[in-house]
Amino acid sequence: MSLLQVDGLGIEFGGLKAVDNVGFKVEPGEIVSVIGPNGAGKTTLFNMISGIYLPKAGRVTLAGQDVTGMEPHLLARLGLSRTFQNLQIFQHMSVLENVVAGFHLEESGNVLSDLFALPGSRKRARTVRAKAEVLLARVGLERAAGAEAGSLSYGALKRLEIARALALSPKILLLDEPAAGCNAVETEEIDELIAEVAKSGVAILLVEHDMKLVMRISNHIVVLDHGEKIAEGDPETVSRNPDVIAAYLGTAAAQESEHA
Amino acid sequence: MKLGSKHTTLLVLAVIIIVAPFFFPSSYYFRVGSLIFINGLAVTGIVILTGYAGQVSLGHAGFAGIGAYACALAPVYLGVHPGLALIIGALLSGAIAFLVGRPILRLKGYYLGVASLGFGILVAMLLTNEAQITGGPDGIRVADLGIRGLLREMGFRVKGSELWYVLTGICLLIGAWLALNLHDSPTGRALRALHGSEVAARTVGVDVARLKLQAFVISAVFASVSGSLLALQNRFITPEVAGFLHSVEMVTMAVLGGVGSVLGAIFGAAILTTLPQVLTVFAEYEYAVLGLVMMLVMIFLRDGLLPSLAKLIKGREQ
Repeated sequence: MSLLQVDGLGIEFGGLKAVDNVGFKVEPGEIVSVIGPNGAGKTTLFNMISGIYLPKAGRVTLAGQDVTGMEPHLLARLGLSRTFQNLQIFQHMSVLENVVAGFHLEESGNVLSDLFALPGSRKRARTVRAKAEVLLARVGLERAAGAEAGSLSYGALKRLEIARALALSPKILLLDEPAAGCNAVETEEIDELIAEVAKSGVAILLVEHDMKLVMRISNHIVVLDHGEKIAEGDPETVSRNPDVIAAYLGTAAAQESEHA
Repeated sequence: MKLGSKHTTLLVLAVIIIVAPFFFPSSYYFRVGSLIFINGLAVTGIVILTGYAGQVSLGHAGFAGIGAYACALAPVYLGVHPGLALIIGALLSGAIAFLVGRPILRLKGYYLGVASLGFGILVAMLLTNEAQITGGPDGIRVADLGIRGLLREMGFRVKGSELWYVLTGICLLIGAWLALNLHDSPTGRALRALHGSEVAARTVGVDVARLKLQAFVISAVFASVSGSLLALQNRFITPEVAGFLHSVEMVTMAVLGGVGSVLGAIFGAAILTTLPQVLTVFAEYEYAVLGLVMMLVMIFLRDGLLPSLAKLIKGREQ
């Protein structure tokens, strides 16, 4: 049984098939990347898996349980966590608090106990704070802990989002373009971080434009074009697939490579 | 001074409440003071709903109305002590907020604003039209809380205005303490998270619908207690307490002072409660000047008076 299994997933927006009949599997500790040209439906696919969009067709199975269209906060309880292509940071909170907020399921209790600052609430908040500090150090942001989140650089915010997503202790982590807009050094840092997280046994589903990054770290690649899966396999196989080359470089380039 | 710090805020508030009376030339000032504290309590509830959770309500005076009329009616019809009536009103407001909040908190931004506005108007109309029970637009008498009489029997003679200054001051301190506890608690953090990014809050496991409802209920209870205190202090109440203007006033006080901070919002309540009294020197232009002040603050100090000033001072120090 796979950790995450996606079968025949599809959605339409105003009659247009944004994603159609897409299926693949992710095993624990594996890095699976979804690639494809702009508008291929990668983020839409992510939004369906993570419960933000309700799919029109197909099934999402997480650790054997059917979770199709389940609300994100319930998916979080089952160990599915994600980051966003366009950063979704809690502005007006400190860097540390952003990560502490990621521990919501662990720290939240009774609202009355919170209102009266009962010892239970305070103790939970303290334990979680210590854990959040460890996570911040893991993504290399421990020195920015007290800073307002909005003041961080783009690359740092990307890492902050990963730290927040890791706070859930997820079984599977969905990363939507974690290296987009980052410079070479930042990309390398994120690359290392992803590999390290996968090594700890967390499955990773990745959408990424940076081909070098994808080819380097993925165990398995799924290629989308116009909402459909056009290829699948290990990086080696996928990079030689003529359909993939055509989708990325245009048909002319594909023909050229055939002649060569 | 760090605005966010819980103990600093409470200390500042307590010192102001204790020290201010030494500068009061007449009992009239005690009355204005307690009015500030009563408004401050309602506004602290708005801070939880709007400042923490980012949800707008233009109908919270409805809950103040429920609290006020609970104190007027429960002693008459149920024969309970006015103090107990305050608690009944708070429970009733909380229950109604729970029922009303469920459907309307699914709405966002101005849709939520308009829906909550409708609720406030509904309560005000009910209080105005059910004249045989509520006394209608002319208002109704409210029973005496009896504390002054109790003190007199014990041999203490205090003026009503001074007693209410102390009572409402204590209530405001308790309210501020609760709101500040909430700010740094798991619940408060989740509220501020969904304010920052609802979709991200959901993906870290925050049950957004449930948390918004909790904030709505808590702020309704604050408004209700504020309405009850107003009724008990004045010994008389009219449906205006639930009116649209009162709802708008609450939001304006909070936003003007700084809706993100408890101290800021209470400061806003103090300004907007006293300013009309000060501005009487402008005679018939009083409200025009008030409007102008509000516009200028929003244009130049968008975070609200107190947070903006704090930032300014901090910037100068560095």
